[in-house]
Amino acid sequence: MSDRVILRIGAKVLIPFILIFALYVQFHGDFGPGGGFQAGVIFAAAFILYALVYGLENADRVLPPTVVYVCAAVGVMIYAGTGVLTLFLGGEFLDYNVLAHAPEHGQELGIMLVELGVVTTVFGVMVAVFHAFAGRGRVER
Amino acid sequence: MRILGYYNYWVVIFLMMVGFYTLISRGNLVKKLVGLTVFQTSVFILYISMGKIEGGTAPIIMQGQHVVYSNPIPHVLILTGIVVGIATTAVGLSLVVRIKEAYGTIEEDEIHVQDDVL
Amino acid sequence: MSANLPVLLVVVPLLCAPLAALTRRPRPAWGVAMLAAGWAFVVSILLLSRVLAQGTISYHIGDWAPPWGIEYRIDEVNAFVVLIVSGIAAVVTPYARRSVEREIDATRIPLFYTAYVLCMAGLLGISVTGDVFNVFVFLEISSLSAYALIAQGPDRRALTASYQYLIMGSIGATFIVIGIGLMYVMTGTLNMADLAQRLPMVDANRTIPVAFAFLAVGISLKLALFPLHLWLPNAYTYAPSAVTAFIASTATKVAVYMLLRFFFTIFGAAFAFDVMHLDRVLMPLAIIAIVTMSLSAIYQVNVKRLLAYSSIAQIGYMILGISLASVTGLTAGILHLFNHALMKGGLFLAVGAVMYRTGSVRLRAMEGLGREMPWTMAAFVLAGLSLIGVPLTVGFVSKWYLVLAGLEKGWWPVAAVVLVGSLLAAIYIWKVVEVAYFRERSREEPVREAPLALLLPMWILVLANYYFGMHADLTVGVAHRAAQVLMGVAQ
Repeated sequence: MSDRVILRIGAKVLIPFILIFALYVQFHGDFGPGGGFQAGVIFAAAFILYALVYGLENADRVLPPTVVYVCAAVGVMIYAGTGVLTLFLGGEFLDYNVLAHAPEHGQELGIMLVELGVVTTVFGVMVAVFHAFAGRGRVER
Repeated sequence: MRILGYYNYWVVIFLMMVGFYTLISRGNLVKKLVGLTVFQTSVFILYISMGKIEGGTAPIIMQGQHVVYSNPIPHVLILTGIVVGIATTAVGLSLVVRIKEAYGTIEEDEIHVQDDVL
Repeated sequence: MSANLPVLLVVVPLLCAPLAALTRRPRPAWGVAMLAAGWAFVVSILLLSRVLAQGTISYHIGDWAPPWGIEYRIDEVNAFVVLIVSGIAAVVTPYARRSVEREIDATRIPLFYTAYVLCMAGLLGISVTGDVFNVFVFLEISSLSAYALIAQGPDRRALTASYQYLIMGSIGATFIVIGIGLMYVMTGTLNMADLAQRLPMVDANRTIPVAFAFLAVGISLKLALFPLHLWLPNAYTYAPSAVTAFIASTATKVAVYMLLRFFFTIFGAAFAFDVMHLDRVLMPLAIIAIVTMSLSAIYQVNVKRLLAYSSIAQIGYMILGISLASVTGLTAGILHLFNHALMKGGLFLAVGAVMYRTGSVRLRAMEGLGREMPWTMAAFVLAGLSLIGVPLTVGFVSKWYLVLAGLEKGWWPVAAVVLVGSLLAAIYIWKVVEVAYFRERSREEPVREAPLALLLPMWILVLANYYFGMHADLTVGVAHRAAQVLMGVAQ
């Protein structure tokens, strides 16, 4: 689709806004609809739009598949790691109160950390699923 | 008029039966997955409509007294349910892609014919 | 650290799964899976000994007191089921190293072990949690990874088998979620202990029986109770050998545990059996399952499919014991969870070794194997004797308690059905024995005995059959205490 001028220019204009919106959704999960899962999907949508308009080879150069798999795995480890961190700091599993000097700050920090883990994994998995489906017909069997 | 007041349950039952019937009666593997997704969506609507309280607003704390909030727990449960539904659909569709590559068709009858020949 | 063991039991495998995905070679991925399985086994033994000494363990996630927060609650029933799952994982994972390398493409093995460890973590999570929605989440984690694992089989029919299992399993899980939702709407809580207290206080309404019905059908789909068993033969037959051995020994057992937890702890035996008459549904279905599935097994030409139909019949034994709704009946049912895992685990590992050497599991390919693979076939015969229920084996102990439970209630047909089932099992085990020992080889070349890495786990499970058959007081004691906890009998 890279010879369609309107699609190319439109994608170039939209993708930065999609990424910023994903960050907005990620950090406003406390105050409105949003949170890690929705933000991860919107992040992935930006990269999928890029891959649809510019082709899979260009998308692979922008975001190598290795990075995507690592993101998917590391996100789960961030989430579970936050829980284990609270265990080491003396609380129960996922007890955010012990993460900072005051319980309210600890709760905020804990939620931000686990949402970071969620957004990383969801982003990685969504892009990986897209590549797995879209890259299918081209590989020699 | 009490029956009309329960319209959310009627919607749930309608969607549930449509999804379940599609799931059972259609032979195309992708249509079965569509039926499964509609079936799961009806369950989400059941949960969310249960959480609504008359006069309640979104369950995010606002300054001020005497604000009635809708129940946030069903919302949380449904977020989890939606993610589970997406994962199920993704696994199902990837199986359908590989079945198409292995058998050349995604109609259940033709797949059975190919398997019986073996 | 030791106070956090209930949650670490699930969290360490959950951490090991993405770690296995990050390793790009088969051996390190297997090493990570071994780490997860070994950890789970050690922790489950510690938890069981602690529960037997001190009683129920309760752990509050996030330090939120129940019913506001999620609680992990371990009593004798849980601890026993967790021991089964982790024990089978600890035996099958060393076996899987060579078996999987032979059957699955090397580039996909790290992701295979990721799904394997996730399945184990999901099954462990279902068993330890005290919150019903958490049960659903872990149920889906284990089911989705099981669908992915089954689809890795070498035959292309593994794909359609996995798809069929996906459709039926998702219907079951959605029914369970509907049941949970209806229970939540009437009581406002998701904690199991809290639900058990609040359900009797709810006004008589049609919602609770409807929730009960949805849960019964959904859980029956997951445990392959007679008319809802259609996914099981294909799924077990076409999956890779290590996957069949693991899932056949654990997934349906955990579904039986879910049935026990929902119907005895949450709804209560009085509601389930006196008001809803669950025994009138479960007992006929269990009896039909035992007889018809054993008959189906006799006519199979594929040994894995034969053992799959036999598994459905054995699940019928467990449900028969549970439907008797007495302490002896429950003891028999819970005991058979453990014993069947040992029996079927050993049988499927033996068949997997046959697959490793000959490349086929059809009955014709096993001709003359009694001479060429003596240790493997001897393991098969010994585990088969346990399946039939010969004295000195665990199979005999389960059937003994089942017959006792039936006679205790004065129902002679139960004892008759158990004996008929044993006779039918003898027929299909003899079929395999006759082909292996009394026929000449029809393959072109002879095969060697299976390697030690495959023989050792197989023989550990087979010898465990006889050890726990002769020292039955260990397992019967735990099962008896678990049954008393479920029936609410004061100890």
